[in-house]
Amino acid sequence: MSNHADPTIPLNMPATPRKVNRWRKWRPYLIIAPAFLLTIGIMYPFLTAVWYSFTNYSLTRPTFEFIAFKNYRIILQDPSFWNAVSVTVRYALGAVAVEMLLGLGIALLLNQEHWLAKALRYVLIFPLMISPVIGTLIWKLMMSPSVGILNYYLSKIGIKDFPWAASQKTAMMSVVLVDVWIFTPFVGLLLLAGLRSLPRAPYEAATLDGGSAWFTFKTLTLPMLMPYMMVCLMFRLIDSLKMFDIIYAMTGGGPGDSLMNFSLQAYFNGFLYLNLAYGLAYMIILWLIVYIISQVLSAYWGKAQKRAVGQ
Amino acid sequence: MASNAVRRRLQTGISSILILAYFVFSLFPILWMIVVSLKRQSEIFTTRFIFSPTLDNYMTVLFGQNVAGGTGAIRTDFGGSFINSLIISVTAVLISLVVGVPAAYALARFDFKGKNDLAFTFLSLRFAPELLVIIPLFIIYHKLGLYNTYTGLIWVYQLICMPLIIWVVRGYFEDIPPELEYAAQVDGYSWWHVFFKVLLPLVSPGIAAASLLAFIFAWNNFVFAMLLGGAQTNTVTVSALSFLAAEQARYGEMAAASVIAALPEVLLALGIQKYLIRGLSFGAVKG
Repeated sequence: MSNHADPTIPLNMPATPRKVNRWRKWRPYLIIAPAFLLTIGIMYPFLTAVWYSFTNYSLTRPTFEFIAFKNYRIILQDPSFWNAVSVTVRYALGAVAVEMLLGLGIALLLNQEHWLAKALRYVLIFPLMISPVIGTLIWKLMMSPSVGILNYYLSKIGIKDFPWAASQKTAMMSVVLVDVWIFTPFVGLLLLAGLRSLPRAPYEAATLDGGSAWFTFKTLTLPMLMPYMMVCLMFRLIDSLKMFDIIYAMTGGGPGDSLMNFSLQAYFNGFLYLNLAYGLAYMIILWLIVYIISQVLSAYWGKAQKRAVGQ
Repeated sequence: MASNAVRRRLQTGISSILILAYFVFSLFPILWMIVVSLKRQSEIFTTRFIFSPTLDNYMTVLFGQNVAGGTGAIRTDFGGSFINSLIISVTAVLISLVVGVPAAYALARFDFKGKNDLAFTFLSLRFAPELLVIIPLFIIYHKLGLYNTYTGLIWVYQLICMPLIIWVVRGYFEDIPPELEYAAQVDGYSWWHVFFKVLLPLVSPGIAAASLLAFIFAWNNFVFAMLLGGAQTNTVTVSALSFLAAEQARYGEMAAASVIAALPEVLLALGIQKYLIRGLSFGAVKG
């Protein structure tokens, strides 16, 4: 007696005589229905968003009409758009690069067995739990020219009046700094978990065969850690491309438009200039980019997993 | 032989210094914030770490009285925002649990048409840009009268909480061998009984971890609260920012507000350390 014809019975379940329950056939669908409905509830706004981006919907106009790709054509010729591209990419690359390196470093450091490393593992997570807005507030206070502690210490080593987020030149690094502060623990924790789950056998073999620490790192640790690094990369890259909270809290997009990334442009266009459709066009483009990246990185992650096991 | 021991000592020494350097970077801002929040207005501009602490800033922030004196009292109801955040976050997580745990079970156990697509759709909610959803929701909410309501915000917060709960709890369900369920059912227990009395207790660590994480992310959210909430449904994150907009920047109160806003989750984080990794990475990495 096989149960495979009945999709409600898990595949590996032994064939046992059971009471026939007509209701059972619908069970998985019923169970999942609430979650599914919620998802529909989210998909609906999303689809509306796509639709609106093809119109000139604006809160300043009483009616709106379908204008197809006009919004997109305007955007691609808008210098603000290309500025947004530059800002978004620089922010994401800067933040992610530093977080991955720093995170890997701290994971390696905390993977050791001495008391300091073991104790501080528990404290690693604190910045990550703080809301990005609150975290930015904290750093904004530290960077403040009047009350801030940072400039106080900087002046002691000869750097006077560092402008932090007030100057176009240093604003980017200021927000990236906050991002790094909050999210390095994410990378660190993930990679630490990964390190601690690596098999011992290859390492023992390597110590028998001799070989420098760098060599074991390069040929053993790194490839086996790759799947974890891909997960980190995917999450951090996508999140930093979308980042809104930190930049908005820090300078609201300024000074000038030096920090106007995609999300901020969408916010400005949608809520300040009230040109909702145009703002949506920005977000659709961002979403497309994020979608493509998540697909590409997922594929790489799959490959990295295979390589790690094949090692 | 001796050089090996020396080398290891040196290694430990250097790595300790590096670890400490990172943690100074990591923890100093939090500590400094606490220090500033305890300082009197008069001492705020000094950089002394030894001073006479005061709770005035906390009083002002929480109860809206201008205890600290001075000009430019801020008219934000931070205590009210704290309660708003609490109500919204807790309810959102509870609803996500009620909806998500069964869904997680279904995804873990059953094999039905469209299962993987559905699973991926749940996951992709996490990658969606928030503003993409907010703009149409803004319009819809105004039409439906959900703008600036608890219900409206709790609904949107599902976008944050539900994927997390489904994916984490699914992993925990998958860890339970199906044989356990069949054994109970063969013994004559109904499916409901098995689910509630046997399965749920077994996945309760996963549920606890996922709930805490979902709560933290809901608490931390800013954009949804700012754009779809209003004066009555201010959350702690939106409120904190309004301190900056005040005419006279009251740094002590800002710091106190930040500490109050950040404290619940930092404390909660201590409780979920063990289950963290799985939750944060959506099960991609086992904790």
